[in-house]
Amino acid sequence: MTKPKKRINEFLYFALKNKRLRVGLSVVLFFLILALVGPLLTDYKWDDYVGPAYHPPSYEYWFGTTTFGQDVFTQFILGLKASFLVGIIGGGIGTLIGVLVGFTAGYHGGMIDEFLNMLTNIVIVIPTLAILLIISVYLKVRGVLIESIFIGFTAWPWAARAIRAQTFSLRSRDFVDLARISGIRPLKIMFTEIAPNMMSYLLMTFILQFGGAILIAATLDFIGLGPTNAISLGLMMNLAVLWGALPLGMWWWFIPPGAAIAAIVGALYLTNVGLDEVFNPKLRKL
Amino acid sequence: MKQYFTRKLFIYILTFFIAVTIDWLIPRFMPGNPVQVLLARASLHAEAAKEMYSYYTKAFGLDLPLWKQYLNFWIAIFHGDLGTSILLFPQPVIKIIMRAVPYDIFLLLPSILLSWFAGNKFGAFAARTKWLDNTILPVGYILTATPYMWLAILLGWVLAMVFPIFPLAYASSPAMIHSFSWIFIADYLWHWFLPFASLFMVMFGGWAIGMRNMIIYELEADYSHYLEALGAPRKLVRRYAFRNAILPQVTGLALQLGIIMAGALVTEVVFSYPGIGYLILGAIQNQDFFLIQGCFLFIIIEVLIANFLIDVLYIIIDPRIRIGMGGKSA
Repeated sequence: MTKPKKRINEFLYFALKNKRLRVGLSVVLFFLILALVGPLLTDYKWDDYVGPAYHPPSYEYWFGTTTFGQDVFTQFILGLKASFLVGIIGGGIGTLIGVLVGFTAGYHGGMIDEFLNMLTNIVIVIPTLAILLIISVYLKVRGVLIESIFIGFTAWPWAARAIRAQTFSLRSRDFVDLARISGIRPLKIMFTEIAPNMMSYLLMTFILQFGGAILIAATLDFIGLGPTNAISLGLMMNLAVLWGALPLGMWWWFIPPGAAIAAIVGALYLTNVGLDEVFNPKLRKL
Repeated sequence: MKQYFTRKLFIYILTFFIAVTIDWLIPRFMPGNPVQVLLARASLHAEAAKEMYSYYTKAFGLDLPLWKQYLNFWIAIFHGDLGTSILLFPQPVIKIIMRAVPYDIFLLLPSILLSWFAGNKFGAFAARTKWLDNTILPVGYILTATPYMWLAILLGWVLAMVFPIFPLAYASSPAMIHSFSWIFIADYLWHWFLPFASLFMVMFGGWAIGMRNMIIYELEADYSHYLEALGAPRKLVRRYAFRNAILPQVTGLALQLGIIMAGALVTEVVFSYPGIGYLILGAIQNQDFFLIQGCFLFIIIEVLIANFLIDVLYIIIDPRIRIGMGGKSA
């Protein structure tokens, strides 16, 4: 086995050489910085009435104003922040549950696998939106945090499936058998023998969950089931459609939020392909 | 094969059972009393309201013990009785849903199937064809990363407002009488196009990328290299790769159904298209629990039927399951 440091250098070399990874990461970083620094560029709250209504983008109002004279740029920046929060928390929880279920099912097999597989299949088939919908109606006051937790708890099945399949193929390898014969406990084997060999895979799962969580949140927010006490990109589109931005031709209101989501999630997917090429030498030759 | 089917059937029945139970819980554990919501709408005198309250509580069976309510719910479902809508009182929920279902089917079925076929074809074609790979891949990633409603809003804005070619809302012109005349069908298709197109495009991106990535893996597999080494033509190798790569795409279709349903919901909302998605929104806004219940049940049934059809399809295209190796593959 090569020394870890050398391996990291090798990955870094291929990572920096990979165009898809470079482009994807730069776009995500651009929006992340915008979300972090942006709030300093505006003095308003998202629902403050700051100026004339129906105002197209100008020097004073960078992204124009809404039907009520709220600053679209302020809404956009704060919505962006909410999206990243949902991605990190929702995607994180989704990945964590997926990893736990997938590892356990794949490593133990037998009855535990049967049961977890069944659970996964059931959660896959029940339209999660319907459940989120019910819970959202139930809770009258909701924040971004609660929304992210719900999304995480319903988005894990496909990750669990993929990780289970990977664990399945790893657990019969010689080094895992050796660990087992040595009497190491299953939990330790999972985290010291199997997990390190799947690190790249886990990272990619997280990226996909991250993007997926942002998209689900946008859908929820759009039908008015998102946070009740904050702005989000989905809610911006909801408000735009609700208050006639389409017939009035207020493109500056509905284009930025969707474009940002598409750009961030698309860039995340692209990063994923890039990472795949970095981690999997077979794919590099293109 | 028999084992494969029994297992699947068991999971479907269990899923249906759990889903119906969740469905039953909706009005009972939600804030606000559905009967009171109904009466608040009628704005009656206090005394009459009291009378009506006890009448409706009895009519909806809300005064019975919980286990009996649960049992009655199951019996009612098998009789096709989903209660009475509050939003569109006094129409029965099943009637409202039955009116909406055809719109859903004619919108969802073509967009799902066509995008799946087209996406797979393009994806397979793009893999390892440099210029196509460099054009389809980015376009596919952007499309699949696009939120459904945003593309719908964008298409609606460009093709209905800026260039008024298509209508922005509803499934047919208000003056149009529903009949099987050419004028009606043309009008219907004219309204149908924008929701269809936006659903199609978002899904297309996902399938194209999925297929492209699968094919690349398959072309790197040993059997492909072996075929190449034997001097098989490029087309033949690709055909084998395609047959292997299509399997995960079929599974993917089953996995995606829930998200597709959500996408259809928001698309219908943008275009005020009278399918179940649009109904749900109205039901939520008006706290119409019976209608929410009914819509949820129908979505479950739709998804379960679609899943079952996909399982059958899987048997047809994967010979390994047919000869009894199913259920053991990881």
